[in-house]
Amino acid sequence: MFTLDWSFLSKKVVGTQTYFSWLMTAWETTLTISLFAFVIAFTLGFLMGVLRTTQNKYLVLIGNIWTEIFRNIPVLVQIFLWYFVIPKIFPIFSKLPAFALAVIALGLFTSSRISEQVRAGIQSIPTDQRYASLALGLTTYQSYRFVLLPVAFRLVLPPLTSEAMNVIKNSSVAFAVSIAELTMYAIQVQEETARGIEVYLVVTALYFISALIVNLISIVVEKSIQIPHFIGGKK
Amino acid sequence: MIELKNVSKWYSDFQVLDNCSTKIKKGEVVVVCGPSGSSKSTLIKTINGLEPFQKGEIIVDNVNVHDPKTNLSKLRSRVGMVFQHFELFPHLSVQENLTLAQIKVLKRNKTEAINYGLKYLERVGLTNQKDKFPGQLSGGQQQRVAIARALSMDPIVMLFDEPTSSLDPEMVGEVLDVIVKLANEGMTMVCVTHEMGFAKKVSNRVIFMDEGKIVEDCTKDNFFNNQTALSARAKEFLSKILR
Repeated sequence: MFTLDWSFLSKKVVGTQTYFSWLMTAWETTLTISLFAFVIAFTLGFLMGVLRTTQNKYLVLIGNIWTEIFRNIPVLVQIFLWYFVIPKIFPIFSKLPAFALAVIALGLFTSSRISEQVRAGIQSIPTDQRYASLALGLTTYQSYRFVLLPVAFRLVLPPLTSEAMNVIKNSSVAFAVSIAELTMYAIQVQEETARGIEVYLVVTALYFISALIVNLISIVVEKSIQIPHFIGGKK
Repeated sequence: MIELKNVSKWYSDFQVLDNCSTKIKKGEVVVVCGPSGSSKSTLIKTINGLEPFQKGEIIVDNVNVHDPKTNLSKLRSRVGMVFQHFELFPHLSVQENLTLAQIKVLKRNKTEAINYGLKYLERVGLTNQKDKFPGQLSGGQQQRVAIARALSMDPIVMLFDEPTSSLDPEMVGEVLDVIVKLANEGMTMVCVTHEMGFAKKVSNRVIFMDEGKIVEDCTKDNFFNNQTALSARAKEFLSKILR
């Protein structure tokens, strides 16, 4: 049987930095990458998902190509592509720090998944509902803005929550391009301190807590847009 | 007021509308009936351009529906439509359902829109439900709200697509009463329905469709009381539903 020893957390790494303060910085990095990546994923995912439900075949094609490109390649490979390949082809990207490239990679990968969920959400609304909004004289834009999207958003909130959690978990692949996030911390510190069990326990807990926070936010959002007798609304 | 000239529509190779022509005059009440899959709903949805068609022409109040230059939203705002499954917007209250298009399409101000909406809500007898959400209403109530929503736009014609088909039998009456009242007030309407009692009571004309074709287009009397003149297919249909 082993005994847990947490004393390494208060040990100094360099200067005033301890393993604990490094852990907190790493957690912050994980959350920042995830937050930026999710904003990109949500915006582009919603846009692409909507395009794929329009009657315009070119818009549908753009949305489809986008989705296929970013969901058919493993996220780890995508991070490498953004880090090693894209800056060679498009020099403008070589000016970006690794952090930004990881955010883009993770954001675009997740946008393809959100695009798929949004498409499914909108398409699950009966055709006649779309027709009803058009029949009242609403334009296509108005019918999306005032009818289809508010309904679809409520439908896709649960899978969207999973997606936000996935972003946090997937952000762990950023260690592959040397970003000092939680997983990088775990690998590094367990080598330096030989306290692998403690290190992974605490990192696991922080991932878990992060996902839990997302879930709590989602519950609040879901409550605030709840409608009586409609998708989870109170009777 | 409405004229269909040789309207044909295909889903790739499959023809769903076959050379459909008819005219509907102002104030006329036309019932469209026929077996399932005879494209009744498709036909009625071509009138306000919800269903595109490949051949022929439809003119509504001197506006050509098929013309790419036609402002379809503007045309549709003048053609009321009621659907089989009500299609109220589930995330909006009854009052918001009634006012959304008035405000966004007709540019009425909110107070004006509410006044209009509530006037029609009163006519369908549901004033006290204005703050409810669609999911809290019965099917019959939802359909009456849907009718009030369409009327709030001051339509020149009303299209009904099987307005009572998804209702419990005991709610059919309350919806039909509203439609009958509307017909008696002179509203022009086209109604796809299986309610032959309703057709007998208020329609001027009956269109019978089968396999995408208009098989019969005759006065109510000829359709119900002069069956010797009807096609074999229409007779067979009538013998099954009139008992």
